Amino acid sequence: MSTLEYANVSVRYGHGAGAHLAVQDVDLTVRSGRVHGLVGESGSGKSTLAAAAVGLVRPAAGTIRLDGVDIVGSSASVRATRRRVQMIFQDPFSALDPRMPIGESIAEGMRATGRRPARAERTRRVKELLELVHIDPARAGEPPGAFSGGQCQRVTIARALAAEPDVVIADEITSALDVSVQGVVLNLLRELQAELKLTILFISHNLAVVRYMCDTVSVMRQGRIVESGATESVLSAPSHPYTRELLAAVPVMGERFDWEKAT
Amino acid sequence: MRSGLRRGLLGPQGVVTVLGTLALVLVIVIAPHVWGDAATTTSVADRLDGPSAAHPFGTDDLGRDVLARVLVAARLSVLLALGSTVIAVLGGVVLGVVATVLPRPLRRLVSALIDILLSFPWLLLALFFSVIWGANAIGAMLAVGFAGVPSIARLTYTLASSVADRDYVRAARIAGVGRAGVVVRHVIPNILPPLLVSTAAHASAALLSFAGLSFLGLGVQAPDFDWGRLLREGIARIYVNPMAALGPGIAIVLTGLVLNAIGSLTGETASRTPRRPAGRRARPAKRASAGERPEPAAVVEVEDLRVSFPDAEGRLVERVRGVGFSIRPGETVGIVGASGSGKSVTAMAVAGLLGAEAHVSAAAVRFQGIDMTSAPTAAERSRLGLELAVVFQDPLTSLNPSLTVGRQLTEVSEVHERVPRARARSRARQVLESVGIAEPHRRARQYPHQLSGGMRQRAMIGMGLMGRPRLVIADEPTTALDVTVQRQVLRVLHEARRRTGSAILFISHDIALVSGFCDRVLVMKDGEIVEELEAARLDEARHPYTRALIACVPHMTTDRSRPLPVIGDLAEPDRQDVAEEARA
Repeated sequence: MSTLEYANVSVRYGHGAGAHLAVQDVDLTVRSGRVHGLVGESGSGKSTLAAAAVGLVRPAAGTIRLDGVDIVGSSASVRATRRRVQMIFQDPFSALDPRMPIGESIAEGMRATGRRPARAERTRRVKELLELVHIDPARAGEPPGAFSGGQCQRVTIARALAAEPDVVIADEITSALDVSVQGVVLNLLRELQAELKLTILFISHNLAVVRYMCDTVSVMRQGRIVESGATESVLSAPSHPYTRELLAAVPVMGERFDWEKAT
Repeated sequence: MRSGLRRGLLGPQGVVTVLGTLALVLVIVIAPHVWGDAATTTSVADRLDGPSAAHPFGTDDLGRDVLARVLVAARLSVLLALGSTVIAVLGGVVLGVVATVLPRPLRRLVSALIDILLSFPWLLLALFFSVIWGANAIGAMLAVGFAGVPSIARLTYTLASSVADRDYVRAARIAGVGRAGVVVRHVIPNILPPLLVSTAAHASAALLSFAGLSFLGLGVQAPDFDWGRLLREGIARIYVNPMAALGPGIAIVLTGLVLNAIGSLTGETASRTPRRPAGRRARPAKRASAGERPEPAAVVEVEDLRVSFPDAEGRLVERVRGVGFSIRPGETVGIVGASGSGKSVTAMAVAGLLGAEAHVSAAAVRFQGIDMTSAPTAAERSRLGLELAVVFQDPLTSLNPSLTVGRQLTEVSEVHERVPRARARSRARQVLESVGIAEPHRRARQYPHQLSGGMRQRAMIGMGLMGRPRLVIADEPTTALDVTVQRQVLRVLHEARRRTGSAILFISHDIALVSGFCDRVLVMKDGEIVEELEAARLDEARHPYTRALIACVPHMTTDRSRPLPVIGDLAEPDRQDVAEEARA
């Protein structure tokens, strides 16, 4: 049960004349036990925001706090706190070491807890986690190549959960998956969220998926948040033109695209 | 991995490698004991003999048997070469890996240092080092070893950097695994196979370097001898007794071959490369004869198309099982299905773009009357170039990164229509403008990586429009794009169809998208078309799979309080199950 807060966060890539602000002065709060959506086109800074929270990039300005504790920096205590934020990546195949059995990848996630459990305890926990994501624990010794994309994504969810996180950042976790598999992963994440009371920052460019998953949502464009609020109200009465454009682009089953209408 | 190694060893290459290695090891171990005396005993009476039964390679100036000397020299030559390889690889891997984990400024410094060292020729470095350590065997070993460090370091650094960017390394860092832990757990295992291959290649290069140094008199000194020294002694008499010089040369070549063979075998098994399929490409069951002209009513006709691919064990797995459909001129047909349903394979079969490992058989696969299951004639090829366009999912990999966008567009007209370059250029600019690319003059001179994803995809569609397309095959053309950009690209495709009257074969896993864009939808599952229906009548779908496919996509009115419906029976068979099914 934790709250993730971004305050005036800016992230800059590059130096000097080539520098470019990927994220500009962003304020964002993901409330404890809730799912907050982040939508926007690629290059809008969604993933950079995620990377900043887990320490993969360092903000040029602003603070990121977990329950009021600053998680930007490289001191041991900051790093230990930051490990309570875990991330699930877009491409399940590149997110798992092709040469490492999935059980071991999950065990690696357990390092984030700071404990070093004995082998038997570790095996038991891996089995438990695999059961949690509905994968046969007997297959813990197999490499990622023996699993399908959806199964690999479930393994990466198990790895993130192994860290016993307070906050999970899901970065486009179904964009690389088939529509037919997407539902399995989304259902699993929702089920786990309810069961473990997880706080989730859910990044996606698919508005229908965000609407289904999230309680609150922020719309990002060119490094800034242009609109925020409860999902239902933002999507039913968008105030920013970009949000309206996004909404218009969502394909509706069985409905011909209207080419006359400007998009 | 173990079974991969066994399979590798049992293959013809494996058997030869094992035999060669055994022979080499045997010679190294026993030669000094068996032929040691013959190699060192001087006999003035027999000096400078030519080849004979007693001395197959002749004798040297002190009457010693050259063949015995070549065999005995194997131990010193190979051990010195391996010693210097160990130095080069250890030094190189340590330097390369350290360079990867260092903080950025230091990393730049170390990698610049490696680059500088690389620019010196190895022989120069070796000569420099042998001055330091003296002109003897150990000095030469250190010299060749250290001279090899920069190239191995560079390779390690390049390989390790590519692994260090992967998401699994990021995940490990987020979980709190330290730099050293990341190297040991993730980097080393993933760079090992290419490193093993280059280690073996390096060993044979070291063998040659050594021979060179000894030949120059900088390596092994008398009374010791290696192949380089024997070459030096034999070369003076090459016109009198060629075998005295050729013998050591042959030994060097054979040993080099064995080392390379070991390298490619270990590299191959370590990377678990599946065995090359044994089967040949099946010929089409029946060639469309000239008499059977297709009815002009269809742009594409496919009847009973079957495509098989060999799996890891070389067995054939049928991925498309008896598919048949046709596309009318100007029609937009969508194929939907999960990955592995055979939708892309079907489309590529229509385009004639399946690789050599695909086994295609069909009663008919015709595009505008051209039989696409066999190699096209020159005239057919030029028609295909103009009338068939293919748009792939990732334009960054399907556009040539080293040619400007304009050049790639004009290629079509220049090659197939023999249009003068200037005219092709102005046409390319018109086409770019028509696909909604602003400033076509400037964009045509840019390279693919300078364009955004949506713009690249539009340029790709533009390439198809340079000819007179009758069919555009679009294989997941918008999957990698944002929703808003996706809509723009689809609009371009739609406009192109309206202007040229071309038909479109649109492949996607998103049934909502297909239903919005296409006239007719084919639903594929496990290599078969399970249902075919008008896009406007998707709600009348009868097949349970189609209905499940429609139900599982969340839309703007999905009930949030309930779990998403899931395609039950297909839930997702993993790859092994699929393979087993196919075998059964």
